[in-house]
Amino acid sequence: MTETAITILTEHTRADIDAWLEKYPKDRKQSAVLAALRAAQHQNEGYLTTELMDSVAAYLGLSNIAVYEVASFYSMFETVPVGRHSISVCTNISCMLMGSDTIVDHLEKKLGIKTGESTEDGKFFIKREEECLAACCGGPMMMIDHKYYENLTPERVDEILDELE
Amino acid sequence: MPDEKITIEVDGQTLTANKGQMLIEVTDANDIYVPRFCYHNKLTIAANCRMCLVEVEKAPKSLPACATPVMEGMKVKTRSKAAIDAQKSVMEFLLINHPLDCPICDQGGECELQDLAMGYGEGVSRYQEKKRVVKDKNIGPLIHTDLTRCIHCTRCVRFGEEIAGLREMGATGRGENMQIGTYIEKSVSSEMSGNIIDLCPVGALTSKPFRYSARTWELVQKDAIAAHDSVGSNIHIHVKGNEVKRVVPAHNEDINEVWLSDRDRFSYEAIYSDERLQTPMIKEAGSWHEVDWETALDVVKNNLQALVADNNLKQLGAIASPSSTLEELYLLQKLIRAIGSNNIDSRLKQSDFSDQDVVASFPYLGQSISEFDTLQSALLIGSNVRKDQPIINHRLRKAVIHGASVMVLNPVDYDFNYPIAEKSIVSPGMMPMELASILKVLVEETEEIFEQGVKQSIDKAVVNDSHRRIANNLLDEDNAIVLLGNLATAHPQFSLLRSLAGLIAKFSESKLGYLSENANSSGAWLAGAIPHRLAGGNPGSKAGMNTQQMLQAKLKAYVLMGVEPELDCWDSRLAQDAMKDAKFVVSLTAYRSEKMNEYADVLLPISVFTETSGTYINNEGASQSFAGVVSPLAEARPAWKVLRVLGNCFELDGFNYQSSSDVLDEAMQAIGDIKTDNMDKWQTPSTLKTHSKSKKLQRITETPMNMIDAICRRAVSLQQTKDISDGAIHINSALANKKKLTNDDQAKVEQGENSVTLKVIVDDRIADDCVLIQSAHPDQIELGAAFSDIRIEKSKC
Repeated sequence: MTETAITILTEHTRADIDAWLEKYPKDRKQSAVLAALRAAQHQNEGYLTTELMDSVAAYLGLSNIAVYEVASFYSMFETVPVGRHSISVCTNISCMLMGSDTIVDHLEKKLGIKTGESTEDGKFFIKREEECLAACCGGPMMMIDHKYYENLTPERVDEILDELE
Repeated sequence: MPDEKITIEVDGQTLTANKGQMLIEVTDANDIYVPRFCYHNKLTIAANCRMCLVEVEKAPKSLPACATPVMEGMKVKTRSKAAIDAQKSVMEFLLINHPLDCPICDQGGECELQDLAMGYGEGVSRYQEKKRVVKDKNIGPLIHTDLTRCIHCTRCVRFGEEIAGLREMGATGRGENMQIGTYIEKSVSSEMSGNIIDLCPVGALTSKPFRYSARTWELVQKDAIAAHDSVGSNIHIHVKGNEVKRVVPAHNEDINEVWLSDRDRFSYEAIYSDERLQTPMIKEAGSWHEVDWETALDVVKNNLQALVADNNLKQLGAIASPSSTLEELYLLQKLIRAIGSNNIDSRLKQSDFSDQDVVASFPYLGQSISEFDTLQSALLIGSNVRKDQPIINHRLRKAVIHGASVMVLNPVDYDFNYPIAEKSIVSPGMMPMELASILKVLVEETEEIFEQGVKQSIDKAVVNDSHRRIANNLLDEDNAIVLLGNLATAHPQFSLLRSLAGLIAKFSESKLGYLSENANSSGAWLAGAIPHRLAGGNPGSKAGMNTQQMLQAKLKAYVLMGVEPELDCWDSRLAQDAMKDAKFVVSLTAYRSEKMNEYADVLLPISVFTETSGTYINNEGASQSFAGVVSPLAEARPAWKVLRVLGNCFELDGFNYQSSSDVLDEAMQAIGDIKTDNMDKWQTPSTLKTHSKSKKLQRITETPMNMIDAICRRAVSLQQTKDISDGAIHINSALANKKKLTNDDQAKVEQGENSVTLKVIVDDRIADDCVLIQSAHPDQIELGAAFSDIRIEKSKC
């Protein structure tokens, strides 16, 4: 199993996990599970497969199910294939007052998908619901692949999406 | 701190408690009932169901009794308005998503949720919205899931982590989407998995074989003893009418606590196997006829008496299953000896009997089962204890959690559900040398002097750091044991392993124990169902032949009791040939098989363990008697009755028993106190003959847990698990590469002059240059000895 883990997790991912492992006591490897899953998801263009989760489990010495539990609990992990750019529009109160609904509508129309779906070409994925991302001063806002975009208008959204590969 | 006593008040009653105890432990101990779902006294505390909320004075809100440590002067009300209101609110929440399918739920009638809903639930639900539905998962042949009924108490999850040592169930998702399951479709593989059926407080996890076959209130609960390992787990058998419907564990803190292995839980299905033999049968001119008991017994008598007439009693041999009861084994040996032969044995999976005269009165565990909990160090020699004696493994696991070191010398790198401190995985031939190396360290460390011959032999042993660590661990810990397992017993140099283990135990001041294989392995020795000792252990006038000798000698007549020789014996080929060549074979058996049709002449249908009264003596020497819970199927009769009548047929004295307890009394009078000490006497080896470093491959044979006896082999659900024989050869990748074999290839396998073609499984648990074959599979019978040289090559076709 450990060998499989080494072949599936890239060298870069393993180095990332190792850096996190440094921060915790040696017998508490499970502390690094969130960071490890994030790295594994990153190497696979935005979603986790069972094989990747098994590899993380083997790498950290956890049972597989313990990793499935974490991955299925947190909203930042995707356990089914999704588009490679993950778009999260904040719809919490401040952004909502500033018109986040219009942004969501615009995105859905532009991409031809509903929230929680991915475009057919596998380029975009709109997350189902996103809670406050702590950028209330810049509402309405969205996050694409860890990057914040604030003070959005439909035109601004078009520009941002067009710039993405 | 644990002994510090404090006083608390619960519902106006003054109670004494240990400081730091949880409130629910104190109320339980004093018969004050607090409702609960997630709390279980053998599992850690989760406090997630909130059903056990009680009112505690000075606490602003009600507190969960399972997670509230008691404090001096604490005043608790379990039935106050605040407490009841809290409990009722929790119940309302739990029932929101619980389906109202009690009428078709197998848990109905024994459901904790149903019971508590009677006490704490409202008659009418205020909840009008949609209930959630969860898709059921297939988690294997033993456990059925109805996860919509799950209340997320997580007992099954904690059981996996804490008791089974193998976390397979988990809670995935969150909030309303949280689900209990395995996430991916897989069968749970724990050998103790069935316990989550008992733990589940609702009908989310129920028994698959039992499903929809009875309502719980129709069942009558009867006590019995489990029949498939040397632990002797206490069980309840649930009977409807005259039919066994299921088996659940009975509480016995000294033996199985509240747990039961899957093998003991689900073997009952075989009682109603199509292969059950229903009436006595005799073979005349090659064809089988159903006959009455009298006719069948006459045939037995006439054939055996022909041997007496010819003064040819050396040609009579009896082979009995060590899963037979003490009464059956005692009577069989009494009968055979009274007829005039000492050829009786019940040691089926053994080939080295050379020191049988100098060993203890039975293969004793070395200490009591409960003493395993506090063990500090154990050396396992040739044992897959996890599958072979699951309850003892559970005890060992508890010891490891408390800091004990378990060290292993095995020919297969078995998977343990706890960390192994040291392990040495070598071929069977190298096992004695490994022990010699450990012994050498001990001799150096303790500067003990002993016989020159042995000293010279172990001088040759090469010592490495691992040997040193094993030796020092045994030496340093006060409470240590050296254990010989099933593979050691089957080893062709068993007596050598035993001597070395004995010396290691002596010099490290450890105990020496045997993990015996069957429910009554101990009882068989004590009852005299061995060729060299009578009941009670006195050597007879002249030792008879052991199983291996009886088969090698190709006797004229065999009496079999509960045995399928070609599946149960050490040398399957030899056993099969001996049976076929015999002039007369009578088999006292619960089942009829194709092979039996070929070799037997008379088949006498006997009861299985649920249909007879009897006694098992377990590995620690505890004698446990039980009554039959259902009447025997069709014309089958308890074997002790059959043997009694046979005794009368032969007009022998002392066969006029009224009941099985008469037999037991007589046997126990001969046996006396069941007390023994493995360290009393053993043969010190004069020299050590370790396997020469030949280039030959060695065969290893294991018996998977669900193949151990005729009953398990016919238990339908158990036969769908992974713990059965696969009829393949297991080799490690080094050997596979050398032989240019890969997974699923067909290989020609040769042993002596015998050869078969078997599938290849590449399995890196196997020691170098070894071939593992699982016993009791029809495809490998032709090969023969369980341990021997073996040749493999890629099959040409």
